Amino acid sequence: MKGPLSKVLTIFWKDILLEIRTKEVVTSILVFALLVLVIFNFAFEPETATMSLVAPGILWVAFTFAGVLGLNRVFALERENSRLAGLLLCPVDHMAIYWGKLLGSFTFMLAIEIVVTPIFLVLLNLSLFLPRLILIIVLATLGFTSVGTLFSALAINIRARDIMLPILFLPIVVPVIIAAVEATAVVLQGGPWGDMLTWLQIMIAFDIIYLVVATLVFQYVVEG
Amino acid sequence: MTTWAIEVKGLSKSFGNNRALSDIDLQVGRGEHVTVLGPNGAGKTTLVKVLSTLSKPSTGTLRVDGEDVRNDPVKIRRRIGLVSHETFLYDDLTVYENLRFYGRMYDIPSLKERIHEVVSQIRMESRLHDRVGTLSHGMQQRVSIARAVIHSPSVLFLDEPEVGLDTQAVAMLRDVLESVNTPERTIVMTTHNLKQGIEMGDTVVILNRGKIVYQSSRGDIDMANFQEVYQSYTEMGK
Repeated sequence: MKGPLSKVLTIFWKDILLEIRTKEVVTSILVFALLVLVIFNFAFEPETATMSLVAPGILWVAFTFAGVLGLNRVFALERENSRLAGLLLCPVDHMAIYWGKLLGSFTFMLAIEIVVTPIFLVLLNLSLFLPRLILIIVLATLGFTSVGTLFSALAINIRARDIMLPILFLPIVVPVIIAAVEATAVVLQGGPWGDMLTWLQIMIAFDIIYLVVATLVFQYVVEG
Repeated sequence: MTTWAIEVKGLSKSFGNNRALSDIDLQVGRGEHVTVLGPNGAGKTTLVKVLSTLSKPSTGTLRVDGEDVRNDPVKIRRRIGLVSHETFLYDDLTVYENLRFYGRMYDIPSLKERIHEVVSQIRMESRLHDRVGTLSHGMQQRVSIARAVIHSPSVLFLDEPEVGLDTQAVAMLRDVLESVNTPERTIVMTTHNLKQGIEMGDTVVILNRGKIVYQSSRGDIDMANFQEVYQSYTEMGK
């Protein structure tokens, strides 16, 4: 297979293979997300009115901050040994590099969410079968990682990148996180589809904007 | 009209107010080997980065095989390879996996056969399935050469590839570079090592403070006095 898609998949597969070997990203995100859930579970009694109010926030705080940890590693890996230069030397459009890295970040984060979400639902004594929650998680994760991958590349040459990444990135991605929290609240409270439709539309709109802008801007971020 | 392998005209590169390269003019013929010498901070690495499309020139033109890099950098990247003092390799992938990754990025046909061919050239067959992180720096640099030539580039840039290697490893590296070389391949190498640089270059260039201050063919160089020549050019303006 030739063409940009094959390059995207080659970069993606390389990141998957490295993650299987090192387990750096997945382990750090998973441990952090689980810790957040457990701590909040002790702070608020399950099955209380307060818990049902704060539960969507807890879930997305866990995903957001754990996700930032993971995103810090996305391009840090390419910074070591100047591997980014090796990628940029390849005869591929830089968009393919962005999409390959995005696919990796999206997959890692989704994998963690698949593990963490059922634990969160069990802690709250909620049904494990919530297909609408899956849709929210997929849409929010796509928006989150599309901007996060771009900012991870941007932070590669910043000295205090571990601190700068969340400072630069979270204000940009906040609309998607707010929409995800609101839509999750509707699902956890058993509200109708209509109540979450606006939030889903917001997430879809921001996902498209983020993907288009990040794809176009990426080459200016990585080129010297 | 001659089509140069590399043709640089009035090339400058600035980082803010700091001018790293100034009005560089350089023509390199096909199959020619050019050595760029210069002290730290002379702009050697910046020059290689610009020539290899990793960095955009602030002003001036750069053509590789007659193609302006601004028109189609992707096409030009197919024709160039770069060996730096950093290997661009992934420590947790094996030699084979690293070369397969880069080979796929270059759409190499019969990739498996090509990997075995380049690995045999760098004499690393026995370590093919070892993780790169377990290899010595000298061995990693040999794998880096295989990575840089896997797509058979017509132009190869070597940016101080001997940095961090002991004398024995440098000698091995030089043998490997000779084994992967082809008569039609153009090589531009930067180095601190005057003796090695002159031996490997058909043309020797001295870069100082971002400017080419000396250029001569190897035949015209008086080896006995070159150290003094080098010092006189690199101490200019200090």
